Order: sequence, then C-alpha cells, then structure tokens
Amino acid sequence: MHHFATTGINQRNSRTQELFRLLFMMMTVLLVLPVLIIMVTLIYKGGAIVTLDFLLSNPLDGMTAGGIFPALFGTIGLVTVALLVSVPIGVAAAIYLSEYASDTWLTRLINLAIINLAGVPSIVHALFGVGAFVIFFRFGTSILAASCTLAVMTLPVVIVATRESLQSVPMAFREACWNMGATRWQTIRRIVLPNAISGILTGVILEVSRTAGETAPIMFTGAVFFTPFLPQSVFDQTMALSLHLFVLSTQVPGVSEALPYGVALVLISIVLLMNSASIGFRMYLRGQKKW
Amino acid sequence: MVVADSNVRTLSDPESTWHQRFHSSPMKIEVNDLTIRYGDTTILSGVNLNIRKNEIFGIIGPANSGKTSLLKALNRMDEFTPGMKVTGDIRVNGLDIRHVKNVYGLRRSIGVVFPLPVGLPLTVFENVALAPRLGGMNNRAELNIIVERCLRRAALWDEVKDRLNSLGSLLSGGQQQRLTIARALSQEPDLLMLDEFSIAVDPVTTMRIEDILKELRKEMTIILVTNLVQQARRLADRTAFFLNGECVEIGVTECLFTGQVQDQRTQDYLSGRFG
Repeated sequence: MHHFATTGINQRNSRTQELFRLLFMMMTVLLVLPVLIIMVTLIYKGGAIVTLDFLLSNPLDGMTAGGIFPALFGTIGLVTVALLVSVPIGVAAAIYLSEYASDTWLTRLINLAIINLAGVPSIVHALFGVGAFVIFFRFGTSILAASCTLAVMTLPVVIVATRESLQSVPMAFREACWNMGATRWQTIRRIVLPNAISGILTGVILEVSRTAGETAPIMFTGAVFFTPFLPQSVFDQTMALSLHLFVLSTQVPGVSEALPYGVALVLISIVLLMNSASIGFRMYLRGQKKW
Repeated sequence: MVVADSNVRTLSDPESTWHQRFHSSPMKIEVNDLTIRYGDTTILSGVNLNIRKNEIFGIIGPANSGKTSLLKALNRMDEFTPGMKVTGDIRVNGLDIRHVKNVYGLRRSIGVVFPLPVGLPLTVFENVALAPRLGGMNNRAELNIIVERCLRRAALWDEVKDRLNSLGSLLSGGQQQRLTIARALSQEPDLLMLDEFSIAVDPVTTMRIEDILKELRKEMTIILVTNLVQQARRLADRTAFFLNGECVEIGVTECLFTGQVQDQRTQDYLSGRFG
C-alpha cells in the first residue's frame, strides 16, 4: 500500500468541504437576489417615465404628474451641504484620533461615542436635529438644518473610514519621518495623507450614497412635501427625492403607478452610481499604491 | 580594507597614534546613569558611556538587551513611543538633550538607519530630497545637487540615476537600505546611528555599506548596533557589550577580540557560547 491511498476519512473530508463550499456560495447568491429583484421591478414599472424631461420639469396637478426637478435639485443640495459640514469635521477628528491622541480613557470614550453615534436610529437623529439646529441654532426648517442633521448622522462613517485608511499606512513610514526631524504634521501631510486619500474618498462617497437616501432626518428639519420654488439659499426649505417618494406613495391620492417607481429608480440610480464611482475610484488608486 | 591605523588599536600601547587621536577627539555623546523603562519593565538600567567625535562605536548584544532603546533615547524618539520613560543624563555635543528646545533640529543632526529598509512611498528622488524639503528647501537645482551627492556617497547613484522618478519602495532590499543611508545623509548629520542595518541585506551589499561607513567616519560619528560580532570587529574602534539591559563592558574592539576582557560574560558572548 502506498502512502497516498484515499481512506474513508479523506473521502468524508472532501465531501464536507464540497458541502460547505456550496453553502457559502448559496448565501452569496442570496445576497445578490434582493438587489436584482428591486432593480428589475423598478426598471420594469418605472423605467418608461424616467426621461430627461421627467428629471428636469416640475411636478404638476398636485404632484400626480409631471417631473421631479425640485426634488432632485434639493437632494443634490442637501447632500452637498452635508458633505461640506461633515467631511472637514470627520477627517480632522479621524486625523486627531489616529495620529495625535494617545490611548487614554478620554480617547476610548470618544471612540465609544463614535460607535454609539453610528448606532443611533435616524428618527432620533431627526428629533435631535429639530432641537439642535432648527430651534437652538435658529436655522429654522432649512437646508442648513437638514444637512447638519444628515452630517451628524454620517459623521461616524467618515471618521471610521478615514481612521482605518490612516492606520493602514505602515507605522515604519511615520517613524522614518519622525527620525528625520519631521513634525507630526509634516509627516501627516507628506506621507500619511497622500497614502490614505483613497480610503478617505471611498468613505466620503459611501456617505454621499447613504445621505441621498435618508428620509427621516430631513422630514422635520428642512425638507417639505411640496414647494413651487427652488431654494434660493441654505436657509430655505426644499423638496427631496426620498421624501417625495414617501409622499407620493402614502399621502397623495390619484398618483399614476409608474410615478413612484420612477422616483425610486432615480434615487437608487444615484446611490448605485455613487457606489460604482467609489469602487472604480478605489481600484484606480489601488493601482497607484506605492508600497 | 580596514582603516590604516587600526592595527595599532591596542590598550597595551598607550602611545599609539590611535590612542593619541582618540583622546584628543572631543566628546560627541556622554551618557550618564541612563535608565529606560516601558511601564513597569526596565529595558536598560544605569548605563554610562562616552562616544568620541569621529569614532565608530559598536554596540553588540543579544535581542532585548536595550540596544535599540538606547538609540531611541539619543534622538528623543521616546516622545513618539507610548509608555517609554527615560531617566538619566544624555549630552550630545555637551548639551543636555532634555533641555534642547529645537528637538527637530536635534533629530535632523542624527541620521538613523533601521534594521528593515524603509523606502518611503515616494520616488527615489523625493526619498532623498525629503529631509531638505522638511527643512524648508524647495530650490530644484540645489535639491538635484544634494540628491546626487547623497546617492553617490551611499554607493547607489549608478544604479538609480536613470530611475530617480520611480518609487523608492520598489527598489531591492539592498538598494532600499542604501537609499535609507542616502536619506540619512541628506540630513547632513554629524552622527549616524545604524541599528542592525545588515539584517535584511545580502552579504555583498553589507560589505559595500561597511566600506561606505569607513569613508563616512572621516566626517561623522557613527554608532553601529549590530548582532554580527565580526562586523563590530571589522568596523568599530570601541565596542560596548549589552546584556539584559545592562552595559556589561566597553572596550577597545581589538582588545575585546583578543581576549583582554574584564567580564567573563563578554568573553562568552564573543566566543559564541550564548546569544
């Protein structure tokens, strides 16, 4: 008998191995299924009405017809302002936590707070936004208040993504730099940030896609069911795609069936587009990776 | 090729040229009662040593004997090392480094080469130009001159002169180690500290770097931490033996290797009985 003969245990092992491979593969396929079903349904039922004219015209007849331009414009505005608020704060906080803070009870507390902030339900964020931004800071129900609320809600995503990508830059690079007489900031600016930027941008784009879809946080703080005018400043109220979809589906009688599907298709397309851009961008920057 | 006068480095002949030069050379580093702790662990205790200008000072000893921590204390890198606590007195050029205001200037005057080569994720050129840039130099012509000079001195110029704009981290291990030497030289240091530089480098490159060091000693003081006792023998004027956080013995290298030791442990280590 030679040493490589197959025994009963070998056969059982390879059967088990095949079984688990199939199991894991099935789970992966299951993961893709909902996305596919949603996309197919949306395109089938709402694809026909999504035209350039639909994107660029106002709603008509008590929102039962016409386009979605004010909502689209509002969503883009809300996301932009939210980014302008959350990215500087989030990136700065992450740089502090990753590059400056030593491991004390205070930084642990801050990290715990960030994790908890990520776990707060969006409706709670909405009520916080009303109290803090609408009333206390006197922003009124406005784009600014809604965007600030969205920014607070998405800060953990930005901070965690930034901190992770900062920490993926090897410590040896920093030490080499410090040994040359570089300050912490010089090291961050010349070595750490340039090599972490891909991860940071990925986090930011993910934040965009999440912000675009949120409804609850903007409902009470700045988004309205309907306004005939586009916002003139950040202190105006605005329509938004997510709220528009909610209103069309639940509040307005006599809406054609295709309309909410069309709105949902536009919304989900924005999200998918941003996510694809994020993935593509990350792949591009990975190709440029320098170590 | 050993330095010409090294064959007379013996204690038995105090009139030798080496002795005369050695004792007329000013103090570069004076360490008094240096103790280094990480939390409750004492990594180095009660170390006293002096290093003369333009000396190659070898430090040998097994792992965890505190060699690297000593280097960290010398350029005050303990500030970047959580939990590291340094007590005692360290003077560089006669100045107590605890009271140096411009700690970045102190670090710039000390070049450091690590065990594993660290090619920064920059081009070859920018790796060497980084230290001058950190010092505020942005003149391209001047940087060109500095980069070429440092790469030449590190015996790397001929190999990389046509790829100065490719990434430093893509060079081979031996090239990267010479790149880090070039980078250290770009700081225009008067003290060069090498921490087991040959650990990830092939023997041929090791010998090339050793030749570089022999040249550099004319201009600067060199501290050579090494786990190759023969490397210390080839290069160092004097050698210190560290063991378990204690500086067991400091002696003229040639004396140590010819059996003129004061401590049996040094003899045991040098003859390969442990470590």
